Amino acid sequence: MKKTSIETYVGIFVLLGLVCVGYLTIKLGKMELIGDNNYPVYARFQSVSGLKQGSHVEIAGVKIGTIDSISLDKDKKAVVKMKINKGLVLTDDVIASVKTSGIIGDKFIKISPGGSDTLLNPGETITDTVSALDLEELVSKFVFGGV
Amino acid sequence: MVRLSALINPLTALGRGTIFIVIEMGRIAIFFLRSFALIFYRPFQLNKIMQQIYFIGAKSVFVISLTGAFTGMVLGLQGYYTLVKFGSTGFLGAAVALTLIRELGPVLTAIMVTGRAGSAMAAEVGIMRISEEIDALETMDINPIRFLVSPKLAAALISVPLLTALFDVVGILGGYLTGSVLLGISPGAYFTRIETSVILDDVTGGFIKSVVFAAVIVTICCFQGYFTHTRTEGFGAKGVSISTTSAVVISCVLILITDYVLTSFLL
Repeated sequence: MKKTSIETYVGIFVLLGLVCVGYLTIKLGKMELIGDNNYPVYARFQSVSGLKQGSHVEIAGVKIGTIDSISLDKDKKAVVKMKINKGLVLTDDVIASVKTSGIIGDKFIKISPGGSDTLLNPGETITDTVSALDLEELVSKFVFGGV
Repeated sequence: MVRLSALINPLTALGRGTIFIVIEMGRIAIFFLRSFALIFYRPFQLNKIMQQIYFIGAKSVFVISLTGAFTGMVLGLQGYYTLVKFGSTGFLGAAVALTLIRELGPVLTAIMVTGRAGSAMAAEVGIMRISEEIDALETMDINPIRFLVSPKLAAALISVPLLTALFDVVGILGGYLTGSVLLGISPGAYFTRIETSVILDDVTGGFIKSVVFAAVIVTICCFQGYFTHTRTEGFGAKGVSISTTSAVVISCVLILITDYVLTSFLL
């Protein structure tokens, strides 16, 4: 009898722990267990300063995907790999721009829809991009002339 | 000649101390490797492992929840009064969750487990050593490390990460209590901020830490108890008391040091 009760307590403890692990990894860590319901799209930027892995990709303020990885190509430009939700098709003339939510908020990628008939296939690159707004550069331009 | 020896003596003492530390570290490493390898020695001691999970894990749930809740609550309170100066109280969720998942969860859980279970392990093994029970095991051709240490190590490697996860979740709820219920940040902002700012690397980093801490706790505490009889400072009951004290102190210090090392590797 005593042994059964120990087993029950261990069972409850392990279950409780696993529920917490599940919450942390799947809900907060956004681990993908069942397949991937998204497709990759690339974009090349002059600068993605402040953008992080896991940041949002938005159209009209609605989240449509996340940033998978950020790397540097051989022309020293930043290549951002985005995971866009399946079922959402992008045209090949969309504009990807790095934006900030609020003044000191997180950076995210805003996609402005285009009007072309050709669709962007998975794995293709968005050609039209706008880099992150550099406040310091703007201020120095204003102060030291050149506007 | 007297002068020369006065000059040499501190050097000898330094050398002796260094050699002692190196030998001690090697002994601890061998002790850990042996007890880890013996976990997988057939037949598995599942029943003993389960009893240890009950002792290390299930019985710690209450104290871990309590410390987790209060840590989260105080983080919510402190974070709020810092963030309110910048008008960005919406970031409270991110601050609380990242602090807990990356640092405080693994470290505080490990320190609580050291205090609750590690001290008990050191005392238990130490008393078995001085009452010659370990010698009796050896006489009966039972490997004492496999019989005493391996189940504890296996149980800690399973329990401590689970307890850490519990600590994190309860702490996040504690931060919600002070941040949202008491100070009036919108619950939506609190939880959305957590979801957007925490990435999988933070969570796995926390778990890697807790697994390493579990190994540190069991190895140090059982090592101190196991070699109680070789202590020069005292023997018998006094030896056990010294073993228990040094087990807890060395474990806690090592947890904080390995935490720094691991963080610098993981970041």
